[in-house]
Amino acid sequence: MTTTLLDVKGLCVHYGAVEAVRDINFSINEGEIVALLGANGAGKSSTLNAIVGLVPPHSGSVTFVGNDLVGQATEAVVRLGITLTPEGRRVFGSLTVEENLLLGSFPLADPKTQRATNLEKMFSLFPILAERRQQIAGTLSGGQQQMLAIARSLMSSPRLLLLDEPSLGLAPQIVDTIFDQIVELRAAGITILLVEQNVAMSLEVSDRGYLMASGGIVAEGTSEQLSSSSIVEQAYLGHE
Amino acid sequence: MDGELGIFIQQTVNAISLGGTYALLALGLAIIFSIMGMINFAHGELMTITGYALMYCGLAGLPFYISAPLAVIVATGAAVLMERIAFRPVRNGSAASMLVTSFAVAIILQTLFQNLISTRSKAVILPDIFAQSVHFGDLSIGINQILSISLTVVILVLLNWFLRKTILGMAMRAAAEDFSVARLMGVRANAVIAGAFAISGALAGAAGVLWVAQRASVDPLMGFVPVLKAFIAAILGGLGSLTGAVAGGFALGFIEIYLAAYLPDHIQPYKEALALGLVIAILLVRPNGLIPAATIGKEKV
Repeated sequence: MTTTLLDVKGLCVHYGAVEAVRDINFSINEGEIVALLGANGAGKSSTLNAIVGLVPPHSGSVTFVGNDLVGQATEAVVRLGITLTPEGRRVFGSLTVEENLLLGSFPLADPKTQRATNLEKMFSLFPILAERRQQIAGTLSGGQQQMLAIARSLMSSPRLLLLDEPSLGLAPQIVDTIFDQIVELRAAGITILLVEQNVAMSLEVSDRGYLMASGGIVAEGTSEQLSSSSIVEQAYLGHE
Repeated sequence: MDGELGIFIQQTVNAISLGGTYALLALGLAIIFSIMGMINFAHGELMTITGYALMYCGLAGLPFYISAPLAVIVATGAAVLMERIAFRPVRNGSAASMLVTSFAVAIILQTLFQNLISTRSKAVILPDIFAQSVHFGDLSIGINQILSISLTVVILVLLNWFLRKTILGMAMRAAAEDFSVARLMGVRANAVIAGAFAISGALAGAAGVLWVAQRASVDPLMGFVPVLKAFIAAILGGLGSLTGAVAGGFALGFIEIYLAAYLPDHIQPYKEALALGLVIAILLVRPNGLIPAATIGKEKV
């Protein structure tokens, strides 16, 4: 029996008169990697921001293992076990690598004992961060910053990780490394919602996916089904 | 000791002492600005509150070493209350509404001091030792300035330690850089902002004690001029940058004291204008201040 971690029903997000997200439904089960795909402006980031309470939803419900998230402050949502690695990485550029990671441990219930353990875990998952421990985060390369941003989100031992465009602005080789690491994370038992414009690679690593266009979900299914569906092929995979 | 050199050393001590007070005030403004994007013009009234707390403690017969920390605690509490009552409701408003709110708080407090205490300047009882000096050859340095410089150094070291070494300090630096992401890390917005106000209130309190210790009096408008100076210092240093605020505070202290000491008598009436002229000249060369903040132009709360 699979446990549903996150359940989104009828979610709408408005910015003024603009409907960024229109009545979408999706769910994520424990242990899955679910891809939320679509072009720039399809409403993917707005969906993530609504889940973590950075923008208030216009209507709809978001439930995380029985907790209603709508109306909760971001810092409270995070304490329930969801973290978001934001688009564009947004590491704290003037803080060191280690300080960035320590901040990620803020939501831990028992930070004193867990903080050091998690720090060591992150250093073994991302050895480059151990090497750069005392370096100012703003001076890291883009790929290293992305690893730091992901590691920072994992410092609180979340049950669900929301990854917003981890491949954005990175060189293809680095993108490969990041996706390899996403697969490793799942092996480590972390449930992931992967939001990406890079449809082909995301479908390779994910179990299921949803395709968004102009604020709504236009296709869904297992990653295999989506890879071979005509709508995804024509629009995103560039197959003839 | 050579007379010229003696005067120069004495003026330098004065400059460090005045600059230190400006630095404490500018730091208080910068901490709030770095996190909320707001200039708190009611910061000066926190100084005035400190002055009245010192006055009442003196009247109650408390010794200065008790009344001074007590006055700083009063200022800290007042700053936290100010945030809770006046600024939290407008936190998501525009920068202009927060600015106007801070002016309103300043004027309300000034009016309350005038009506509930006195429109006139009131004497503050200080220990006799404050009027004494230490002599090094023919050089004499006021005890009060030695205390003021030492206290400033201790506070700057403590604050630096807090911001660099404690997880709460790190959270404040993170919130100053990117507030939304700090919240994504589980940093509580209300706690960080209240903490920033508490620190800024304690800094205003310390500056208030130093200011009153030099003057032995307090009046309802006491905070206005020093905070205006601190605002200039914060901009000179780089608005929102904490190191910049300290640098700007000391720079302004040195400019003011040296101008007052070395300008010929007939130019003295223009010294304030000349000091500000120098500040503008520095800003023309370094438009973002001496040590600009890392996050200029980023979105605030």
